[in-house]
Amino acid sequence: MKQIHLAAQLPSVQHHTVWSDPRSGSQIAFDSFERLARTAERGRFDFFFLSEGLRLREHKGRIHDLDVVGRPESLTVLSALAAVTTRLGLAATVNSTFNEPYEVARRLATLDHLSGGRAGWNVVTSWDAFTGENFRRGGYLAEADRYTRAAEFLRAARTLWDSWRPGDVLADASAGRFLRDGAGRFAHHGRHFDIAGRFTTPRPPQGHPVIIQAGDSEQGREFAAADADVIFSRHSTLEGGRAFYRDVKGRLARYGRDPADLKIIPSVTYVLGDTPAEAAERATELGRAQVGPQTALMLLEALWGRDLSDHDPDGPLPRLDPRPDAVLTQGHTEYRKGRAETVRRWRELADARGLSIRETVIAATARPTFVGTARQIADAMNEFVQTDAADGFVFVPHLTPTGLDELVDRVVPLLQEMGVHRAEYTGPTLRDHLGLKPPRESRDRPAVKEFR
Amino acid sequence: MTRLHLAVALDDTGWHPASWREPGARPAEVFTARYWADLVREAERGLLDFVTVEDALGPQSAAFHLPDDRTDQLRGRLDAVLLAASLAPLTSHIGLVPTTNVTHTEPFHLSTGIASLDHASRGRAGWRPQITFRAADAAHFGRRTTPQLTAADLRDPELIAARLRDLFAEAHEVVEAVGLLWDSWEDDAEIRDRPTGRFVDRDKLHRIDFAGEHVRVRGPSITPRPPQGRPPITVLAHASTPYELAAARADLVYLTPHSRAGAVTELAAVDRARQLVGRPPGDPLLAFADLVVLLDDRPGRAAARLRRLDDTDGAQYTSDAEIFAGTPGDLADLLLDLRAAGLDGFRLRPAVLPHDLAAITTALVPELQRRGAFRTGYEAATLRGLLGLPRPAGRWAPRA
Ligand SMILES: Cc1cc2nc3c(=O)[nH]c(=O)nc-3n(C[C@H](O)[C@H](O)[C@H](O)COP(=O)(O)O)c2cc1C
Repeated sequence: MKQIHLAAQLPSVQHHTVWSDPRSGSQIAFDSFERLARTAERGRFDFFFLSEGLRLREHKGRIHDLDVVGRPESLTVLSALAAVTTRLGLAATVNSTFNEPYEVARRLATLDHLSGGRAGWNVVTSWDAFTGENFRRGGYLAEADRYTRAAEFLRAARTLWDSWRPGDVLADASAGRFLRDGAGRFAHHGRHFDIAGRFTTPRPPQGHPVIIQAGDSEQGREFAAADADVIFSRHSTLEGGRAFYRDVKGRLARYGRDPADLKIIPSVTYVLGDTPAEAAERATELGRAQVGPQTALMLLEALWGRDLSDHDPDGPLPRLDPRPDAVLTQGHTEYRKGRAETVRRWRELADARGLSIRETVIAATARPTFVGTARQIADAMNEFVQTDAADGFVFVPHLTPTGLDELVDRVVPLLQEMGVHRAEYTGPTLRDHLGLKPPRESRDRPAVKEFR
Repeated sequence: MTRLHLAVALDDTGWHPASWREPGARPAEVFTARYWADLVREAERGLLDFVTVEDALGPQSAAFHLPDDRTDQLRGRLDAVLLAASLAPLTSHIGLVPTTNVTHTEPFHLSTGIASLDHASRGRAGWRPQITFRAADAAHFGRRTTPQLTAADLRDPELIAARLRDLFAEAHEVVEAVGLLWDSWEDDAEIRDRPTGRFVDRDKLHRIDFAGEHVRVRGPSITPRPPQGRPPITVLAHASTPYELAAARADLVYLTPHSRAGAVTELAAVDRARQLVGRPPGDPLLAFADLVVLLDDRPGRAAARLRRLDDTDGAQYTSDAEIFAGTPGDLADLLLDLRAAGLDGFRLRPAVLPHDLAAITTALVPELQRRGAFRTGYEAATLRGLLGLPRPAGRWAPRA
């Protein structure tokens, strides 16, 4: 039986986090991160993950104030977590557009050293000028170039990691040789980066940190097939998951890779109850806590591209036509593309079920969720994985920092009994947890692809 | 007797290039968390104010201005901010002050990194911004060139500073932008107001709209204001241009006097820089002296050890800072004498780790305590608190 890979994410900036719950703690205090990470480690998860956003979202020209906002720099937090965990993988999103390979490679190599081989990197490609305003070079990247830059960025980073070979640190005091000749020497000459010199940081314990990709476009899938170890997918229905799984795994052979070399894990959440009815009731409550009247209108405005503040959230969807090209919300990746199509879907949903604005938003934006008793959730997770709709899951609980407790205390033991989740870690590194081979050297990889 | 402040500068296996070959050195472990944890715990046992962690965007080199290909000295390091962060949960009082470059790294990333270290350590972060002066390091980024210093430049810190003036001008902007980003969230911006559904009060989040010659940042930060408001900024300075950076932007300046008279001269130069940049007289700017130290109880032994280290390395060790080799008692005398000249404290650079660090914590500190010149317990939980620096109000905070 396939083993289920489990990851956990501290919920970040979106309306799914229920900050109004009395049990909701700080989103910024280190205690919160430590609590969630320790819980994930207790559940023998593969890794803990932090997302990234480099500018506060704005809606109608003003900072969006309804959702949890404010986050620390992920790699700094993960380095601190490395000191209070022993096996848990530690992964972060680091954008390839607003960074430079030399810095990112040394920071990830550092995290890998500090954690003894537990680092992972979600290479994302958001490129927008809005975010770019926080950086010297501004929003200079065309959307079409973002994956070519990302692919070259990753290649440059791998070149830097490969610049120190295993065993280059001799530390031979009696012979007076600290390192081998040429250790750290590198050169990368490409379209986006033209860099050469000496890299500061010895080879990471994993060789290369685990590479994660989160994106769904054609280019994104190809990038992942060529270069990633893990995909955070959005596809979390059985049907959609299987189609995505087949598509992406089918692309691997072209790059000389096996299907097992790339793990597909959709992000999901869960609502647990002692009975199915109780779970369903809690799920309904959760939806209402996540989407208050103000949030319902804000999300509707973002989609419609119109001010709809005079609409009643408990009334019907607006009759007004959307303006799918008008941008009311910035820094929000979900409402970038395909808005006309999304509006059509929301209208259909509302008409078919007679839903109000708020009910429509709840139904349409709910994060894919396992709802049920512990047994039902364990069985559903297992069915997903055994039928190749996924290799595992990233759980994003809606409560910080206790949101993972019930999953780890009640569902994980069932998975362990079923023999589909480890009772103990078998290796020290994140690559070990994911069952990945050692990384292929940069020089043995095909040339950087132009992802057009 | 007034007390003095003590920090240690942790770097590799110590500041002497042959330190990695000493008995007791752990050169194979300098890239592990455990090695650094042992050192910083020792520093905390000694009640030191803070440790600094050195960094650079290129490997260490024997030449100030050029990379080298030597394999007989320790080369390679970890990112200092992340290393400091990994030490935060293992300690509870000591300040953690990483060095970062301000030449190639985005101010936005610098700001969130140090702010996050402050959050993770509950108010014990500091920062040592440093320009990246080696031209070769610019090729690691491939976006720009920086001046190549010549052997002639190296004769005088003023010549170096003159060549690097543009990089210092940029540094002013970066440090300013970082401080503005720290302030861009007012302390009480998070409101969690259930009736209106607002998590934050957007009126307490501020665009900084910083537009300098070299740097532009819109803001606000993504990271809430750090626990200390602004983590203390510390600057190492040897010449007029960096004195001005320290006077304009720092809370603490590291000087490198080689005598009491030298300390008086450097402190006067810092005062002139203060006047030049218009820093208000009441605004504290602490002055620390940097000293490389080799300490042994028996007279003559530290000097002999220095000679032996130099022999091993095949060259006489030189430093921008005074190299002190003697007994902990002699060093206490020297520190108190320099303290009387107007210095607030010292950043000691152990020549050999852990030997000279242990000598500081187990011999120098008790000696200073006996003389009533050093704390006998931590009196504050934040680095600002230990340094006696007030917590600054945010620039956008309403005046009380
Ligand atoms: C599960 C998941 C997590 C993501 N996390 C981040 C993130 O932390 N930061 C970010 O800027 N974008 C994040 N993204 C957005 C993707 O990076 C974004 O979709 C990508 O740039 C677009 O790629 P695509 O056009 O190939 O879908 C995430 C996307 C997914 C599906």
